[in-house]
Amino acid sequence: MIRVVLPAHLRTLANVNGEVKVDVTGQPTQRLVLDALEASYPRLRGTIRDHVTKERRAFIRFFACERDLSHEPPDTPLPAAVASGAEPLLVVGAMAGG
Amino acid sequence: MSKVRLLVGTRKGAFVLTSDGKRQQWEIDGPHFAGWEIYHVKGSPANPDRLYASQTSGWFGQLIQRSNDGGKTWEPVGNQFAYDGVPGTHQWYDGTPHPWEFKRVWHLEPSLNDPDTIFAGVEDAALFRSSDGGQSWHELPGLRGHGSGPHWQPGAGGMCLHTILLDPRDPKRIFVAISAAGAFRTDDDGKTWRPINRGLKSEQIPDPNAEVGHCVHRIAMHSSRPNVLFMQKHWDVMRSEDAGESWREVSGNLPTDFGFPIEVHAHEPETIYVVPIKSDSEHFPLEGKLRVYRSRTGGNEWEALTKGLPQRDCYVNVLRDASSVDSLDACGIYFGTTGGQVYASADAGDSWAAVVRDLPPVLSVEAQTLA
Repeated sequence: MIRVVLPAHLRTLANVNGEVKVDVTGQPTQRLVLDALEASYPRLRGTIRDHVTKERRAFIRFFACERDLSHEPPDTPLPAAVASGAEPLLVVGAMAGG
Repeated sequence: MSKVRLLVGTRKGAFVLTSDGKRQQWEIDGPHFAGWEIYHVKGSPANPDRLYASQTSGWFGQLIQRSNDGGKTWEPVGNQFAYDGVPGTHQWYDGTPHPWEFKRVWHLEPSLNDPDTIFAGVEDAALFRSSDGGQSWHELPGLRGHGSGPHWQPGAGGMCLHTILLDPRDPKRIFVAISAAGAFRTDDDGKTWRPINRGLKSEQIPDPNAEVGHCVHRIAMHSSRPNVLFMQKHWDVMRSEDAGESWREVSGNLPTDFGFPIEVHAHEPETIYVVPIKSDSEHFPLEGKLRVYRSRTGGNEWEALTKGLPQRDCYVNVLRDASSVDSLDACGIYFGTTGGQVYASADAGDSWAAVVRDLPPVLSVEAQTLA
């Protein structure tokens, strides 16, 4: 079970409160977690990463365990604490704009 | 009794304003999609309770929202706008080739007779169509592919397709306008397109006969005369009698002919409205006086409409999609400002009152006349 914290606007869009939890088979990676997230909440498709290229949107960042994972390749395993459910993966709207 | 519903898109959400046919007292509902930019909200002429909204954000990209109950509830529908084939390049501001990249939907134009068919004008400029109520979107690639696409350049606000006019007499004819490429027309349901910019003169373009490159801000038509088009260009108010084959200037006695929106009276095809703005670098009314100008002669002879509008210290702008008319008698006309006011006139512009004064900057206003 992977815990994901979404930014407020995406929680509203997905109609969820607080953290969301998704199941991933095998070693969790950014790609697998986002695949599972979009499968559970199709409304989020295109809001975190591009529909086709699957590239992270420019003003979205990923954090976990006090580390910025935004530039990690999408198939890099997530930290063990995220994989175990001890820590959440944070999806963050970058501090830019108004 | 008839009602009027105003669909207002702003920088930080959508608002639905409703009134009875007197159009004196208004209820304000919103914000919907609080915090998101709502470029445009428009209802289906075939089913006025079917609404579509373009919801966008620099962080989270593009969403399309759909309502089946006049804006009380909404559901997100398809938000994938993929250019057909290899997107190619257009000109960047410095003249170099730049890849076509989808950024946002500027304008939504529902079909005149099918609530599930809708067109979307997007940045970077292209036209998309959905035939399943917005669930899926497909580009009409003949527009970008007609030949001049590599020479299109963005305007200051981006390279946006902002105007879509559907010909009520010929379902295969569509007009669109792009900043800063110009106006285009298809006569075969979007398969092929051609520029319709003859007669437009833009000082910044060395070639007076340039096929594209004109910064068209808005086009309007009256449904009874779809061959007569009115245009607010970057500078100049223009008129065409032949579906855009040729244009002539009708700025006449306007104090400045720069502006964004242009509207046609619902019942008088020769009565048109513009909101003159001082200049391309000073996007606010002349002398701090917010004045709508009306011509009852299809242009050239204009009168200032000021009653109820601020006549001092007013420095707002009115954006290209931020005006609309209803079809009651007398015709109501509405516009929203970058200062967050929405003004209404229930007497064809003779007098005005603010429906609401403190919304976020208004991007779009659409009026619906409801039975």
